[in-house]
Amino acid sequence: MELILASAIGVLTAAGIYLVLRPRTFSVVMGLSFLTYAINFFLVSAGRLAVNRPDILVAGKDLSEYTDPLPQALVLTSIVISFGMTALIVVMGVRGYFENENDRVNLDATEEVIARSRQ
Amino acid sequence: MNIALIVLLPLLGAVLPALMIRSGRNACMTSAAVINGLALALLLTHVPTVLGGGTPPRVDWPWFPQIGLSVQFWVDGLGLLFATLILAIGLLVVVYARSYLSRNDPMGNFYCYLLIFQAAMVGIVLSDNLLLLMMFWELTSLSSFLLIGFWSHLPAGRQGARMALAVTGGGGLALLAGVLLLGNVAGTYQISELLTRRDMVQNSQWFPTILILILLGCFTKSAQFPFHFWLPRAMAAPTPVSAYLHSATMVKAGLFLMARLWPVLHNIPGGPEPFAGWWFYIVGSVGALTMLIGAVIALFQDDLKGLLAYSTISHLGLIGMLLGFGTPEATMAAVFHIINHATFKAALFMNAGIVDHETGTRDIKRLGGLVWLMPLSALMAVIAGFSMAGLPPFNGYLSKEMMLEVVAHTKWLGSEMALTVLVTVAATFSVAYSFRYVFSVYFGAKRHDYPHHPHDPPFGLWGPPAVLVVLVIVIGLWPGDVAESLVKTVTAAVLQSPAPDTHLKLWHGWTPAVTMSGIAVGVGIVLLLLYRLLATIWKVVPRPDAKVIFDAVIAGLIGGCRLFTETLHNGSQQRYLFSIVAATIGLAGWSFASYPWSVGDRPLIPASPPVIVGWVLVVGATFLVVTNYRNRLFAVIVLGIVGLFSSLGFVYVSAVDLALTQISVEVVTLILMLLTLFFLPKQSAPESRSWVRGRDATLAIVAGSGIGWISWMMMTRNWSLPSIQSFFLENSKSGGGGTNVVNVILVDFRGFDTFGEITVLGCAGLAIFAMLDGILQGKLRARILNWNPGIARSADRHPVMMVVVTRIMLPLAVMVGFYIFLRGHNLPGGGFIAALIVSIALIMQYMASGFGWAANQVRFKYHALIGSGVLIAAATGIGAMVFDRPFLTSWHDHWHPPKIFGIDFGDIELASAVAFDLGVFLTVVGAVMLALAQYSKLGSTAAEFQTNVRPMDFDPSLSDTPPATSGSAGEVI
Repeated sequence: MELILASAIGVLTAAGIYLVLRPRTFSVVMGLSFLTYAINFFLVSAGRLAVNRPDILVAGKDLSEYTDPLPQALVLTSIVISFGMTALIVVMGVRGYFENENDRVNLDATEEVIARSRQ
Repeated sequence: MNIALIVLLPLLGAVLPALMIRSGRNACMTSAAVINGLALALLLTHVPTVLGGGTPPRVDWPWFPQIGLSVQFWVDGLGLLFATLILAIGLLVVVYARSYLSRNDPMGNFYCYLLIFQAAMVGIVLSDNLLLLMMFWELTSLSSFLLIGFWSHLPAGRQGARMALAVTGGGGLALLAGVLLLGNVAGTYQISELLTRRDMVQNSQWFPTILILILLGCFTKSAQFPFHFWLPRAMAAPTPVSAYLHSATMVKAGLFLMARLWPVLHNIPGGPEPFAGWWFYIVGSVGALTMLIGAVIALFQDDLKGLLAYSTISHLGLIGMLLGFGTPEATMAAVFHIINHATFKAALFMNAGIVDHETGTRDIKRLGGLVWLMPLSALMAVIAGFSMAGLPPFNGYLSKEMMLEVVAHTKWLGSEMALTVLVTVAATFSVAYSFRYVFSVYFGAKRHDYPHHPHDPPFGLWGPPAVLVVLVIVIGLWPGDVAESLVKTVTAAVLQSPAPDTHLKLWHGWTPAVTMSGIAVGVGIVLLLLYRLLATIWKVVPRPDAKVIFDAVIAGLIGGCRLFTETLHNGSQQRYLFSIVAATIGLAGWSFASYPWSVGDRPLIPASPPVIVGWVLVVGATFLVVTNYRNRLFAVIVLGIVGLFSSLGFVYVSAVDLALTQISVEVVTLILMLLTLFFLPKQSAPESRSWVRGRDATLAIVAGSGIGWISWMMMTRNWSLPSIQSFFLENSKSGGGGTNVVNVILVDFRGFDTFGEITVLGCAGLAIFAMLDGILQGKLRARILNWNPGIARSADRHPVMMVVVTRIMLPLAVMVGFYIFLRGHNLPGGGFIAALIVSIALIMQYMASGFGWAANQVRFKYHALIGSGVLIAAATGIGAMVFDRPFLTSWHDHWHPPKIFGIDFGDIELASAVAFDLGVFLTVVGAVMLALAQYSKLGSTAAEFQTNVRPMDFDPSLSDTPPATSGSAGEVI
């Protein structure tokens, strides 16, 4: 189980990084989604894996019978924040697309840098 | 207590004039004067204690004791003198500026800046803590920037302000480093304590570094050579500012600090080894040189304020030199000259302002004979000018004689003559430029070609300098009665030992100083008579122009920075991200290199078949996305598999709340992505070269394997430190009143995090709204109206079935959301998840029936939802403070409602966390809906020629079928 999760985290990270390095906005957003999955699982696994031990307190159950709730709380925050970030970046991509009439992530180095240094 | 008020009054009172300007300029000036006067009065109540030799009054509030920063103020002799100068001359400047500033100047701003500056200055001189002093020091640089650049419409004003800020701010950085070193070496930042630790400081190997860094700060602030060039440029400021900053206050701050730290830093030849003489040779020589250079240049200035500026540099050099001599007599002379210079120089600056105000010019060549037109101003100029020249019986003469006396007995590199000659030359030029000011402006032939018709100014302009001129005379005539006790107290405070037993008087007998003075006056008059010849020579001799050098240095710095930035930051995001990832891998590899890369021994959980199937699906889907990412629609849908299985994975590892959140976020994200794909190209051609793809893939695989291996190592080990999980598990029920520990952590234990998070989410929603709104306006609007999405579109945009089903689902979904919300504290659920469920149900209406119709049905604004959510969450937190508990402390209790009609409602558990969760709920709904609704508005503007007003395109319930759409895109919205 641990090996499965660890290898999945590795695969998701690799996919995320590869896509983030692509030259178009949309693939970057997809890459970020992959990275989000990988990181969320990594954070959850910091509490070590536990099966069938949800953090819903039941009378009479020993405290060692529950999984670590703190990473879960942190990841819940992380999911919501990454959603906000994804939405923001996607919209930046759309706005950029309409402003520049293309969806490339790079400035056109030759033109832009010259234009800036002239200002 | 009330000595902190001396600083706080002007600081907090600075807003008052800015507000009072609405009641007129007199009210504005009065408010500033009252605040200033109150601070002065508070200060003066301590004069008897301080002059009587009592313990200096002090306040001591701990602030950051860990780093040695405390709010410590004290009023000792030195602080008292400077604070009095700052507040008293400040009061005169406040009055003077009322008449000086014109109707067009924003007077409220002026007095506001002036009071902030004043507070900062008083803060410097009354601080008993080096770090606190540093903060006020920086504040003077900033506020003086505002004052010098007050006439921001003039390029000279802006440039002067910038130069002053660059030089004094740069010096401030050096000073900060020096102060930190000094405090570390001495083991304290409290000044009164520090002053007794000279041995510790001077035996330290860091002493030269400390000395040079601190002196850099002082020299730049006090315009000592070679940092003197900013001061004349700062003369672009309004004259009241010049009178204030450059006679009494800002430029004296450097001298003040040298005097303040004199007991620890001074070291004359023959002093304690190994750094004997460092202080003497650096401070003394720089001061002497500055004195000479300032005096020589001052003579050749045609601008009245330029003349006074260089004269100020010269006098600052004089005082610095005296402090550098490091003897009690020299220090006493320095202290006395600080007082005298402040009086006559402020008077002269105000006088120059009067001339400027009345004649419309400050150019000496265009002035002359004003004594007939402005006798009162002329009288004051003569007195203050003669004091500046060092003529008896005015106060400038007294301190100059003391200075000359000290110089005559000081050896520089073994030579008695070196300094004597240099100082006599400087004094000669000093006499010459003082006379030039007085005679070229006020005497000589009467002229009629002034831009204005000059006459003596109103009281507001001549009153303040008159007060100073009276002081010049009174101190000059009766120094023993008026000034001696103050000078001696201050000198003792600087020395931290009793002042020398010399008396201040006009005539000490025929001393070498009198001879030097006589020579200076005689030759000075000759110089002035030969002025034309000298000026011609001066013009021919090449001199370095400080502004050119300064500009070249700044341009070089900017060029260097630009080169550096543009090399690294060349506009290629791919390059940035590649560097970031590569650097992270490098750092991680480096830091992990020293650890065993082995697998731990924690017992593993066996993998069940469903898990293996899930793994295959996730890895397979990932592979598909990576290989087909250019086919975007396909990639997004396959990406959904990964999302779905990550939710399932969360369930499997006992993270139920996460699973619920993930799956609802997944749905919203998918809608968002599909909407995005509507706008962006659906396909993209391969454009990276194959070696680039290979490089990126290699990097990605290295990073992925690294992360995978790290996770594997982590999961197979136990915690190296005991986990804090048991705290949450133990206290969740008793402290937070809920059995769902994750939810209790979110709304209670770490409620502050959540509060920050919803604020961020709300901001993201607003930012998205703003960004999309920008497309709907301006030039982009035309672009989007003419835009063709390039895909086939359904003829039935709002199908009946979809409309009906989503309509039925809405109340059900809201019910589910409500249920999930309420049970969240004890069972999986909560505000976040409920909000996402409700949002999805709402957004379904937009999808089914179109933006035009859906937006019309919404009776509230999503902006307001975000705001009210954050406010409710905040109010819950503040509610705890009402009951004297820390912010966001939760409350919970059981409530057994009375039976109604025999029905027992049972035990109802109430927790304040529900209100907090409600805030979370509202914010998340608001943010998600604001973003998505605006997105769909963009979509409908772009794609639909006409916006629908009916929920469906074809409505079978209507007998006659009116057109389903009407109006243009803009009308309904």
